[in-house]
Amino acid sequence: MLSRIETFNKQDYPDPHGEEIKHDIEQLGIRGVDAVQSINVSFIEGQLQEDQLKQIAGELLADPICEEYLIGHSDPPPGLAKTTVFEVHLKAGVTDPVAASTIMAINDMNLDVDSVRTGRKYLVMGNLNDKQKQLIAEKVLGNDCIEEVIISADKEPPHPHVSPYTLNLQNIAIRNLDEDYLMELSSKMDLFLNLEEMKTIQTHYQNLDREPTDIELETLAQTWSEHCVHKTFRSTIEYTDYTEDRENGKTTIIENLLKSTIAKATFDLDKSWCISIFEDNAGIIEFDEDFGVSFKVETHNHPSAIEPYGGSATGIGGCIRDTMGTGLAAKPIANTDIFCFAPPDKDINTLPTGVLHPRRVMKGVVSGVRDYGNRMGIPTVNGAIQFDDRYLGNPLVFCGSVGIIPRDMCFGDAQEGNLIVVVGGRTGRDGIHGATFSSGEMTHEHEDLFSHAVQIGNPIVEKKTLDTLLQARDERLYVAITDCGAGGLSSAVGEMGEKLGAVVDLEKVPLKYDGLNYTEIWISEAQERMVISVPPENIDRCLEIFASEDVEASVIGTFGNKGNLELRYHGTIVGELEMEFLHNGLPKYARKATWHSRQTAEPTFEEKTDYTDDLKAILSHYNVASKEWVIRQYDHEVQGGSVIKPLVGVENDGPGDASVIRPRLNSDKGVALSVGLCPQFGDIDPYWMALAAIDEAVRNVVSVGGRADNIAILDNFCWGNCDKPDRLGGLVKAAQGCYDGAMAYGTPFISGKDSLNNEFKTETGETINIPGTLLISAMTLVDNVKTCITMDLKETDNLVLIVGETKNELGASHYYMTKNELGANVPKVDLKAGPQTAAVIAKAISEGLIESCHDCSEGGLSVALAEMCFAGNLGMTIDLSAVPTSDDVTKSEQILFSESTSRYIIEIKPDNFDKIAKLFSDIRFGEIGKVTDAPQLEIKDTNKKIAISASCDTLKESWQKPLAW
Amino acid sequence: MHINGCLESIYVNSNPAETLYRPINPSDLGLKRQLEEFKMTQPNVLILRTAGTNCDEETAYAFEQAGAKTEAIHVNRLIKEPNLMKNFQILALPGGFSYGDDIAAGKILAGQLIHHLKEQIQTFVDQDKLVLGICNGFQILMKAGLLPGVDNAATGLNGQLQQATITYNDSGKFEDRWVYLEPGTNKCVFINPGQRIYLPIAHGEGKVCFANEGLQQMIVGNQQIAFRYVDADGNPGDYPVNPNGSTDHIAGLCDETGRILGLMPHPERNIHPTHHPQWTRNKIEKADGLSLFENAVNYFN
Repeated sequence: MLSRIETFNKQDYPDPHGEEIKHDIEQLGIRGVDAVQSINVSFIEGQLQEDQLKQIAGELLADPICEEYLIGHSDPPPGLAKTTVFEVHLKAGVTDPVAASTIMAINDMNLDVDSVRTGRKYLVMGNLNDKQKQLIAEKVLGNDCIEEVIISADKEPPHPHVSPYTLNLQNIAIRNLDEDYLMELSSKMDLFLNLEEMKTIQTHYQNLDREPTDIELETLAQTWSEHCVHKTFRSTIEYTDYTEDRENGKTTIIENLLKSTIAKATFDLDKSWCISIFEDNAGIIEFDEDFGVSFKVETHNHPSAIEPYGGSATGIGGCIRDTMGTGLAAKPIANTDIFCFAPPDKDINTLPTGVLHPRRVMKGVVSGVRDYGNRMGIPTVNGAIQFDDRYLGNPLVFCGSVGIIPRDMCFGDAQEGNLIVVVGGRTGRDGIHGATFSSGEMTHEHEDLFSHAVQIGNPIVEKKTLDTLLQARDERLYVAITDCGAGGLSSAVGEMGEKLGAVVDLEKVPLKYDGLNYTEIWISEAQERMVISVPPENIDRCLEIFASEDVEASVIGTFGNKGNLELRYHGTIVGELEMEFLHNGLPKYARKATWHSRQTAEPTFEEKTDYTDDLKAILSHYNVASKEWVIRQYDHEVQGGSVIKPLVGVENDGPGDASVIRPRLNSDKGVALSVGLCPQFGDIDPYWMALAAIDEAVRNVVSVGGRADNIAILDNFCWGNCDKPDRLGGLVKAAQGCYDGAMAYGTPFISGKDSLNNEFKTETGETINIPGTLLISAMTLVDNVKTCITMDLKETDNLVLIVGETKNELGASHYYMTKNELGANVPKVDLKAGPQTAAVIAKAISEGLIESCHDCSEGGLSVALAEMCFAGNLGMTIDLSAVPTSDDVTKSEQILFSESTSRYIIEIKPDNFDKIAKLFSDIRFGEIGKVTDAPQLEIKDTNKKIAISASCDTLKESWQKPLAW
Repeated sequence: MHINGCLESIYVNSNPAETLYRPINPSDLGLKRQLEEFKMTQPNVLILRTAGTNCDEETAYAFEQAGAKTEAIHVNRLIKEPNLMKNFQILALPGGFSYGDDIAAGKILAGQLIHHLKEQIQTFVDQDKLVLGICNGFQILMKAGLLPGVDNAATGLNGQLQQATITYNDSGKFEDRWVYLEPGTNKCVFINPGQRIYLPIAHGEGKVCFANEGLQQMIVGNQQIAFRYVDADGNPGDYPVNPNGSTDHIAGLCDETGRILGLMPHPERNIHPTHHPQWTRNKIEKADGLSLFENAVNYFN
């Protein structure tokens, strides 16, 4: 018997969810909605008496104080306003975490049910036409790829029952296919393999004298996907640079971009404090004598583009699992999140088909990261958001996870005869082809075609998996671990068994529902699963630990099979692959890359003296504006180690440069985390963009008191289609910048990831290519967190100094952006002065000589000064003639807004000036003014005329208003 | 669903409509003498955890800093071995998202306490021991009827177990921010009367609502309002001073004895000088949150 229970707020209680929906409808431009009521719907299947149903509804589903329930269908309320009923149901097979919890709670009441499903119902009051109803259904209430929205009439949800699968072994005839058919096969099976790869596979099977099975082809496609092996970074690149001569370029051959730039820097630097680099799911550096800290940053762009909430949630969930899968499992201690969106005020009528509105993407992405991170109990402490029109079809979602791990548990290796155990979530059809999907270009049809590639996360399953895994780890019950990420079990088992081989019985994998075939089980990217390698003698104790906290763990096979992978389904062999061919069989790739320097020029504006309005315009630019609306939604203090929070200052709302946490509660040793991200500079030159990003990340950690000589960095490249030589040329330039920067700053790369093919093809055939985007994440140590400082002004009459040289570098600045100009003079990092400045700032802070420090980045000097003022609610009088500049600086706007790198604004006590001057003797700095009690920023230009004059309140308002949602 | 025989009989025989525990009358000398025997120098704290609990480690650490011993126990184990509770003097329900806060915050763990551990908890409380629920822990105590725990006959609730609730913030969203708290009682073991403190909140469901106004009056009269949200000067105000729209600005409640405390803000997140968001501006003599844990520990000295 199926019963329907609706729960909703009593009349006197507000309905914030309904209010939010109403607000979102208004955002769509639909007027005339008077109110929205939200209702939760539960469908309960089982043999229940009416009083039992009432007990479930009254004691469990509805809150007795603020909610009411109704068994059956509720009718729209009578009244004058016309009401439309919408009901949103999950599509069959989509994970429904609430349903699982509800069953458990009903069992606690000593009642039994067969199944539970949940849905949401909305009563939208107001006059709406059919088109508006459709728009509300599609754009506000449901997401087509996971949900079904029923308009106007109540209907039961889609039936979840699927018939069981019976074995039907598929052999794929490829040995005799010609090139066209090979490519057709690749496309039909969504393998995303190119012709050369298909031919390599064909030859392999011709030599074996048999046809492959479908699961073998799928395994190869997953393992060889761009997402998993980073073909581009490992390919041989013929790079031609036309910077010097636009006709005859200089050509060089790059054997392996990763090894010759990013990884090379790490090996050349050879820092003794690096424990594990590039090999594992995350890089590890030393923290103290007993522990190491790991850091990994992942992207989840394509899924977030089509289902922002699920995509970003599983993005952070997956990155956390990378931490759990590092060494013998690190414990996650912090998250970072960095997003790139199109501006949220984009006119909805100008959106190409297949693109979600950027505001909806942003809200969904933030909610996804919030709900996953907060529920896992991991503080989200640092991040950034960048806006550019070109992220419209390809929003970027970077998720970072930091972990702590005992020094003697940093490495693991599966052994012959170990049992393969899958732990955590069950396997369903979710996320099939995620790895291959994310390796292709997005089109307007992706929203429909790849809806199955989107996963829905369940953070509580991951949390309890983590809780129990750490117990098993500390009892040393397993010897190797990895997460099920892209490619699912195929990648996890494939990686762990690379040297040994493995035998897997696919029917032993626990499933969410019937009907999955053996290939789906193998490549599903269902979330919250880890694979561990357990010596047989430990298996009982291991399974006991998981069972004690309701975590599912199943033995699905054994490692070791003379280097072969054998896949079975109920005893029948469905696939056999040599690990050697799987991991090393893929052809060597050759790519062409070209670079033409941009022909850009500096704009000229009318001369003037007062730049107050320009400063306010920059403060209101989405890139610069306060991200408080986002930050407050993240729990940034859980785990109790918060030292420097993302928001700082008198009113806890100023923009901190970096966050600091104490991972061990009984120690005052800390970890500082920051990011550097400046894709705008790449529009002029990606080489300088990369260096600016490294310098920015370094500046940020140093500004709060992090050590300058212990910084580890991570690279995340998000680029367009690198089969196109000009796109790849930019990537090469940026990678070269990474090498030079890492060497100069002594900052080894410890981990990295790339996401390529971030291009969007519209219905009309137009391609939107994202700006080549390089995210640099930095992590360093703080010897004693009590020496940390923040960027807010502290005390009247203190001196204000600028450290570092200001140059004529307004190219791609926010000043130009607010005037729709690009310019030409991109900031160029001085590879000698930059690291030197960072080192002395770090030294001065550790010696307690600096009261506050803020780096000059977006918006330049004037923005940095404004932020320090309103964060401290104190003023400054500043004299631009004291700013050390390069010889070509001639105008106030250059001093005020140039985004020259390696600059810091510091506030010091007058008594400390001499010590500072001595310490800074080798670098350029200037005493530019002092702190005033009146909360007013007064800047005089080199002719002593007022260049900027504004109160903290007005500056802060300009800064807070744009994203105060 | 397997329930061991003893517990099953508790469930079947007990009327779920009763309050979970009866307030003790401290003037009962016989009882008091009996209680003295439980008092000892170093109390042992049971940190109750389950799937989704996530503030257990820092809560344990805060109690340890205050001088207690702690042990984290999963609710599955406690249901299997309810007698474990005898080894403890303080029961702490830490923050987190127990069972994902599915259905409603704290609802499912509250159900487990009601259905499997009711008698043990009642005994625990009757023995002059202490219970602290922080954030999700407060939500659980409220939904299990342990707070406000007013004598049910007086509430006019016709035997309804849950007398008050904690629901969605008026803002409709999860927020992490620091708040000032003014004690509203002199009788709560955990609280220094009159000492305004500064702690962070981090929740999406923190708005306290009562079943009826009469009950709310009784709670004020009984001195059961542990803390109210105020501004830096001690005055109540609208958002963000009251971050969630809570009735009467309530941030925490205690029971009639003052030995059960539930609060939305996180005292365990302000026990180190560098926890305070202003520590780089002003010297922090002592972190505000520590006093709650110290008072609890000192109760047994």
